[in-house]
Amino acid sequence: MEYIGFFEIWGTVISQFWPVWLSLAVILSVSYYFRHSLNLYGRLFDSSVGMIGLVIVLFWIMTAVFADWVSVFDPLEQLALLKRKGPGAIDAETGKALLFGADNLGRDLFSRMVHGSRFVLIIAPAATLFAFIVGITIGLPAGYYGGKIDAVMSFLANLVLAFPVILLFYLLVTPGIRETPIPMAMAGFFFIFPIIFFSVLFYSRYATRPGLLTIQLICVLLVGGWLYSGLVFNADPLRIITLEPNELNIFASVVFVNSPTVFRIVRGITMDIKTRDYVAAAQTRGENAWYIMLWEILPNARGPLIVDACLRIGYTTILLGTLGFFGLGLAPESPDWGSMINQTRAFIRIVPTIALPPTLALAIFVLGLNLLADGLREQSLKD
Amino acid sequence: MLLFILRRLGVMVATMICLTFVVFYLVNLEPNLKKLALEQNNNRMTEEAVESWLLKEGYRRPILERYAEWIGSAAIGDFGHSTRFRKPVAEVLAPRIGYTGTLMFWVMVTMVPSALIIGVLAGMREGSKTDRSLSVVAIASTATPEYVSGILFTVLFASWLGVLKGVSKAGGIDFNNFALPVMTMAIYGMGYIARMTRASMAEVMTAQYIRTARLKGLSFRAQVLRHALRNALIAPFTVIMLQFPWLLTGVVIVEKLFNYKGFGWTLVEAADNNDIDLLLSCSLVSVVVVLLTQLISDIGYAYLNPRIRVN
Repeated sequence: MEYIGFFEIWGTVISQFWPVWLSLAVILSVSYYFRHSLNLYGRLFDSSVGMIGLVIVLFWIMTAVFADWVSVFDPLEQLALLKRKGPGAIDAETGKALLFGADNLGRDLFSRMVHGSRFVLIIAPAATLFAFIVGITIGLPAGYYGGKIDAVMSFLANLVLAFPVILLFYLLVTPGIRETPIPMAMAGFFFIFPIIFFSVLFYSRYATRPGLLTIQLICVLLVGGWLYSGLVFNADPLRIITLEPNELNIFASVVFVNSPTVFRIVRGITMDIKTRDYVAAAQTRGENAWYIMLWEILPNARGPLIVDACLRIGYTTILLGTLGFFGLGLAPESPDWGSMINQTRAFIRIVPTIALPPTLALAIFVLGLNLLADGLREQSLKD
Repeated sequence: MLLFILRRLGVMVATMICLTFVVFYLVNLEPNLKKLALEQNNNRMTEEAVESWLLKEGYRRPILERYAEWIGSAAIGDFGHSTRFRKPVAEVLAPRIGYTGTLMFWVMVTMVPSALIIGVLAGMREGSKTDRSLSVVAIASTATPEYVSGILFTVLFASWLGVLKGVSKAGGIDFNNFALPVMTMAIYGMGYIARMTRASMAEVMTAQYIRTARLKGLSFRAQVLRHALRNALIAPFTVIMLQFPWLLTGVVIVEKLFNYKGFGWTLVEAADNNDIDLLLSCSLVSVVVVLLTQLISDIGYAYLNPRIRVN
């Protein structure tokens, strides 16, 4: 078996990422040039911590976009002769090197790591977005009205929060549960919230302008209905949005776990903001309660919410990794980081480097998100 | 105060009933019952055999009736029979909780002081070099979940340096085989507590009475140790108490990673084999831990900070 040396490995790795470097350079120089007109995002360039975080996050986004170009082998291809070979082993057939070695089935770890970023970067931000919409739609009235609504909602949120996350996943993300209508019901329940949210959002502001409102509501219902049919029933007429049943199950469970925390944050901020003068002014004008919540309170709560969204995407990434680590819900050949860790960790004694690519990838991505959140927090406090 | 505690205990019982019912419902779903039947007998059972076994063992009775029975017996201390270990649940769970308690104890002993020291050092001079570097350390530690740091440490200490063991035996612990799990868990939780302590310390250091102390001519040491520290440590107390629920998930991962047969390991076994009674008791234990620590943190916070009243 022939190997390439340490420097050649890293030289090849760096050159494999060329589309990523190129796009990073373009994005960063364009944003740096226009940084004064870009608000919070532009001010990120003043904080070194935030900059590092931004670069890391953009790096993984671009890796996910260009995964097919960056990877050397097909992530599912099994090279029988190269099982558990160390970094730099050369595949005799193609003459290409397995940069980070091969796993127990002879699959290229580098290519799997690169492709694994796709799964995380699609599910984690999307699930965070849905969790935020659910949390906001419930948290705003709970914080604004208080009283009975608040008591009931808080009890339900605490109920979910009292569950150890891992137990919940063991109960909700199993192959058995996919035979029951529970995942679909859960998805159906959670994914109706965006439609409600946007309908109320437009209705509360444009109710006096029926022409505009009708167009907006039709748009919301069309787009929402299209996404809903694709996500929940896997029956998207255009065949763009499809989710495997196990992915739907994971997606809905992750939203379910995250939304109570978002609810608590939104509720807390709302209780704080509703005592401000501009809310009192809106109330005196006789504005509708939902108008005040969605158009007065929510925009002013955006700072902490953006920071929390960054942290929450990182947390969701960790959760998805946990699912993979326990072998829950994901297809065995799926190249996501958690499953890779789970499948390779038994062989650490034989090949110490075998589990490193997915673990370091996950840690670096989450670190990037945390640094980005820290930079955003620092910059948003400067107002 | 007494009324407050009583009301909270009432909410706790309501939460426990709701949650165990959810667990009960989910483990009694049709596919899970089939899995249980196959696991308990042999894997090549026919449909009819599964059905008759479920009928014979009483799994076909109405779910509410069986749940009421379970609650009734749990209330008098009988938690049922574990189908996975073929022993009463109490016998399975009691020693395991002890093992996990040992783990948690050592995690707390290492995690809390180091987190507080990092937080106080970073927060006492906000914006300084020490602050920046310690904050990055804290962020890095919160960004590495147990299954990442656990594997990194195993590779580093067990495979390359060969000083510590990557497997840990419940009941027979020593430094060599116990250091890695404790380290893994402590580091993940440490960053969060350290950041909260830092924020609290930084806030206290800008307070009026610290300025007075400084103008009085007190040394920086005395300002920090005698004046700032006491108030700065109130907020981290709540955070530390609320870490327990978080540690619970960590325990499951770490025990699985290092094959330490404690509570978390049992939970995974119970869930994998759909062991109904054991799983119910596991969830009961975790819910009690979560809710009790919340209650203690609320009461303790009011006790430490007399300006807060509980009601």
